[in-house]
Amino acid sequence: MADALLTIDNIVKRFGDNTILDGISFSVKKSEVIVIVGPSGCGKSTLLRCINALEPIQDGKITLDGEVIERNSKTLPLLRQRIGMVFQSYDLFPHLTVLDNILLAPCKVQKRDKEEVKQEAMSLLERVGLKEKAKSYPRELSGGQKQRVAIVRALCMHPEILLFDEVTAALDPEMVREVLDVMLDLAKQGRTMLIVTHEMQFARAIADRIIFLDNGKIVEEATPDEFFDNPKTERAKQFLNTFEFDSVRAKKELAE
Amino acid sequence: MDLNAIAEYLPLFGEAALLTVKLGILGIIFSIIIGLICAVVQYYKVPVIRRIVSVYIEISRNTPLLVQLFFIYYGLPKVGIPTDAETCGIAGLAFLGGSYMAEAFRSGLESVDKIQTESAYSLGMNKMQTMRYVILPQAISVSIPAFVANVIFLMKETSVFSAISLLDLMFMAKDLMGMYNDTVEALCLLVGFYLIILLPISIVGTIVERRVRRAGFGS
Repeated sequence: MADALLTIDNIVKRFGDNTILDGISFSVKKSEVIVIVGPSGCGKSTLLRCINALEPIQDGKITLDGEVIERNSKTLPLLRQRIGMVFQSYDLFPHLTVLDNILLAPCKVQKRDKEEVKQEAMSLLERVGLKEKAKSYPRELSGGQKQRVAIVRALCMHPEILLFDEVTAALDPEMVREVLDVMLDLAKQGRTMLIVTHEMQFARAIADRIIFLDNGKIVEEATPDEFFDNPKTERAKQFLNTFEFDSVRAKKELAE
Repeated sequence: MDLNAIAEYLPLFGEAALLTVKLGILGIIFSIIIGLICAVVQYYKVPVIRRIVSVYIEISRNTPLLVQLFFIYYGLPKVGIPTDAETCGIAGLAFLGGSYMAEAFRSGLESVDKIQTESAYSLGMNKMQTMRYVILPQAISVSIPAFVANVIFLMKETSVFSAISLLDLMFMAKDLMGMYNDTVEALCLLVGFYLIILLPISIVGTIVERRVRRAGFGS
């Protein structure tokens, strides 16, 4: 545990009487890619939002490299700069061009040199295949392009860890791939990532570790191969079954 | 109609128009400042101050400007605060306009999606930076139509300034009608000057509105 970058220690999150996260603990090591899966409403997204202190937690502790992430603390904006986050719904700033979206925080928050950030932004945009869109406005981009820009925007802050909250859930199927490819590329570069997704094959391909969440608790924590081939719990088996389909044709033939 | 009379009154009306414009612009500038502050206070639901702001908005919107002016002009000196007519006019207009501007800006602020704030926060921006670089630019463009309507409304409201003996357009017209009985000439000049002041504002406002609409931020 000593080399853990992000540590989640027994956190509890309630909305009113409703307990969303019920004593979650795990840690993320540097360069590790963890994928969180689970049925809708199990608290996956809430967990990511708690890590970034967008949601208050009622109990437990979240630390990044030893520093406690706390809502309303003076150091929170500084800690948030070290955590990149990409949301499910497109969160680009609509009044700014793609390039200005990316430059805003590095220039205004980190006070970095505009030219230097611009160079970095352009080379990252090129890498995700959007160099020619730098001067476009978000409304002129497709969903997949917006998400790729959002990823570049997060990267330009030089975060130590990236959080992805169902970034492909709102996309048309043919655009999912282009976004996932960017994320695979980041994993290859050794980025530390915490991903919430419903794309099971992608989860299996990218993850070092899978965390299966249900009813606000960690039900299973395993390597991808273990989890997908030999889930230990009944709950995980049920969940994985929802992604399988029995052939209807075979049934028809039997009936005949 | 006596053209000579018109020529004679023209400089007088010109001066009155300048005063109307000056007080109007100053009043509107203060309205914008008050409006912005009130809107931000309400947006962030700042405890206590938020209550004060909503009481102010209700009083300001539900009493006539003339009554507000009388309070400031005749009332304040009674409690030991000396006032002059011009300051009163500006203060009255700002008191009235502040609430209208606040409502315009507030609806703009509320139209900005919560995810915008969250993504700004997650990029490490603090509240001020988020408001300044992310929320306000989007909010203001949504507020533009209401804002333009308010500017025109407030400019027209300056016509009650004559009641606290400010020598504005309305005062001039009433004065000339009373003294020389040149009613037609005075009325023509009055309408003409108001149009000269207000039409350009309307036209510029329409152009700005159209440009903002064409920019059409949303997805």
